[in-house]
Amino acid sequence: MRKTISILLCLVSGIVHASSEVGGLDRVHIDLGDEVSLQRGARTFVNYCLSCHSAAYMRYNRLGRDLGMSDEVVEENLMFASDKIGDLMTVTMSVAHGKNWFGVAPPDLTLITRSRGPDWVYTYLRSFYADEGTDTGWNNKVVQNVAMPHVLYEWQGTQRAVMEGNEVVGFEIQKPGTMSVLEYDDAMRDLTNFLVYLGEPVKMYRGKIGLWVLLFLGILGYFTYMLKKEYWKDVH
Amino acid sequence: MQKLITWIDDRFPLIKVWEEHMAKYYAPRNFNIWYFFGSLALLVLVIQIVTGIFLTMHYKPDVNTAFASVEYIMRDVPWGWLMRYLHSTGASMFFIIVYLHMFRGMLYGSYREPRELVWLIGMLIFVALMAESFMGYLLPWGNMSYWGAQVIISLFGAIPVVGDALMEWVRGDFVVGDATLNRFFSFHVIMVPLILVGLVYLHIVALHKVGSNNPDGIEIKNNKRPDGIPVDGIPFHPYYTVKDIFGTVVFLFLFFLIVFYAPELGGWFLEKDNFTPANILQTPPEIVPLWYFTPYYSILRAVTWEWLPLGAKLWGVIAMGMSLGFFFLLPWLDRSPVKSIRYRGWMYKTALTLFVVSFIVMGYLGTKNPTHVDLLWFSNKTWSQIGLFVYFAFFILMPIYTTLDKTKPVPERVR
Amino acid sequence: MADDRVDHKRRRFLTGVTSGIGFVGGVVAAIPFVASMSPSARARAAGAPVEADFSKLKPGQMMTVEWRGNPVWIVNRTPSMLADLAGLESKLADAKSDVEDQQPGYAQNSTRSIRPEILVLVGICTHLGCSPSEKFQVGPDSGIETDWKGGFYCPCHGSKFDLAGRVYKGVPAPTNLEVPPHSFLSDTLILIGVDPEQEGAA
Repeated sequence: MRKTISILLCLVSGIVHASSEVGGLDRVHIDLGDEVSLQRGARTFVNYCLSCHSAAYMRYNRLGRDLGMSDEVVEENLMFASDKIGDLMTVTMSVAHGKNWFGVAPPDLTLITRSRGPDWVYTYLRSFYADEGTDTGWNNKVVQNVAMPHVLYEWQGTQRAVMEGNEVVGFEIQKPGTMSVLEYDDAMRDLTNFLVYLGEPVKMYRGKIGLWVLLFLGILGYFTYMLKKEYWKDVH
Repeated sequence: MQKLITWIDDRFPLIKVWEEHMAKYYAPRNFNIWYFFGSLALLVLVIQIVTGIFLTMHYKPDVNTAFASVEYIMRDVPWGWLMRYLHSTGASMFFIIVYLHMFRGMLYGSYREPRELVWLIGMLIFVALMAESFMGYLLPWGNMSYWGAQVIISLFGAIPVVGDALMEWVRGDFVVGDATLNRFFSFHVIMVPLILVGLVYLHIVALHKVGSNNPDGIEIKNNKRPDGIPVDGIPFHPYYTVKDIFGTVVFLFLFFLIVFYAPELGGWFLEKDNFTPANILQTPPEIVPLWYFTPYYSILRAVTWEWLPLGAKLWGVIAMGMSLGFFFLLPWLDRSPVKSIRYRGWMYKTALTLFVVSFIVMGYLGTKNPTHVDLLWFSNKTWSQIGLFVYFAFFILMPIYTTLDKTKPVPERVR
Repeated sequence: MADDRVDHKRRRFLTGVTSGIGFVGGVVAAIPFVASMSPSARARAAGAPVEADFSKLKPGQMMTVEWRGNPVWIVNRTPSMLADLAGLESKLADAKSDVEDQQPGYAQNSTRSIRPEILVLVGICTHLGCSPSEKFQVGPDSGIETDWKGGFYCPCHGSKFDLAGRVYKGVPAPTNLEVPPHSFLSDTLILIGVDPEQEGAA
């Protein structure tokens, strides 16, 4: 019995700590309880990303409800004029145009943090550097010869890569942007935070529901154990 | 109430079935923790069917809308996310439970005479379960779904003469596409579940005919009281109903812990690559089957000796098939005079330990690149090949070491 | 298993309490499954209010828009059409729109509308769900009856409705045609699905 419990406890702690590997990526602290961060991230996403990247599995009104914004606030700040509040966050750029203009259509971003991981996204957003050798004039340490230009260069400024042989080992700000390094990192953390929410909105509250379920099962478990013990008196 | 029961019983063998299978089915009194997994497997089968029914209300089996329909379930359908996570977690839990259930059989010789048929039907259930989960995995139409299906179906191509035609017939097209998705949907939702339910029924009927084994491997029917009841037997109801209900609650606790707190389980239960839609132009960097298939995947990839006639690919497929096939032969490979590991000698205990280690190690290596070195000294492929030999040796040498092994005397009464 | 040592009371108590807790758990567990069958966010978005611009709708004309999968008619009634409404009362089953389910409170009047000339109806017959045809032509040329004053005729089973959507006596349809919730956003724009001076969709 004791052995069973200790095995189960090991399993439980294993589950709680199950996490993906990092490997060369910067860690980002995700906190879906930080509503202000999520709202800032939402605004950045809509203003800078949504023109090329769709979030086609997400509805605007869900965004509002989950992030503490009324329909009016969402309509005024986060929506293009032609959309309705119940619509999905699609984008006007067709796949064909995207391929034409960038060589590859900008991918939908709804699930980007579920497929790549938040650390990957956070590092990517901060790893653009100026590179005369590419079509866009930009390159990215995380995705070599990426087709995406540095959309947020006004904020981050222009940075150059510090190379060691063929490898990028660091960055140097050449021309500063409107944000300091810390401010930009913060903004990108907000954006990544928002993208984690976007990938799985229910993540914000499934843990709370789970707590009640587990509490209930704990109580039921106590009684079912008592019942078992009572009947098994006959057998021993 | 009594009148209702009598009315039914006059027209349907209600009381007879109840007594034969519950109130007067005498099971050994010494069932331990290994004996929970049968009822848990039945529970998870029910969970999968019920959640599956509700998912099917919203899922769309079409290459253009399948992926989106899963996200629709996750976001737009009230509580859809819960149905999805219950089903995905249930699938992995099903295999954990079934592997432990099978291992119990290996520990206590539950496959031995007179229970060979129970074991054979159980193996058929296992094969059906593998088919069911393979087909279910294609349905989200993620990138891993697509490429995983592509790889496994191409195994059929290894069969000489009929291979290519067979592949085309399974796919319904020249490539894995809409036709494949639709038919896998049909198989996954109705055909295999019906087969599974039928086999589970037969499995339980066969078991109840001969009676359950127990951790001591003693046949309790050999020692009956004057009234015909085994001295070491207790009626399944109420003793094991009440015990299994407790076991169910413990299982559900673990189950919901995962569902609500870590449904992806770090990528083991829900793979990261499957959150990207299927892309026929871009293979994921590592094609990895779901964790429960990885030992067999390792075996498949371990067979690379090109001197084999008809090609290593075909022999890899054969080896994989044999690794399952040997399980069917277990009742006849085991020549030991005793059933339970409690009374076996060091040879069997060593063999079984090595078998389990090889299964787990090959499972781990099935997720890795064969040419890398992720363990000590040798490449992953070399370790897989060692694992393959140990795995096969367990079965092939069994008639020898179970005969030679020094066994302990088996008591009359259970402990 | 000596029967005199078995505490039956305790067993009954424990069985009862455990079953009770289990039953409650079962009911709560069923809730998400049952709820998952109610309209999804996608269905609710599709059922969202619809705007209809009737600036080009001439008097005596009708236009059709779709709302919640049904046709909704907007009719610009002429003064003579409105005048004819009062004289029909004896031929109608529910002339005063007493059946409350068939129209919002603000349409429970003689013209069954907010503005007298603008009629808004859900174009689905209240008998078995076919969509009636418009029959605005009056008199014997209508092909319905000699003193037909204009209205709607359902081809499926012959139900007749007047130009306020009110059902005639002696036809299969039991009630008046439904007036959907609607409000005026401007002189030329109707919002179907939203009551006047109220937040949110109906």
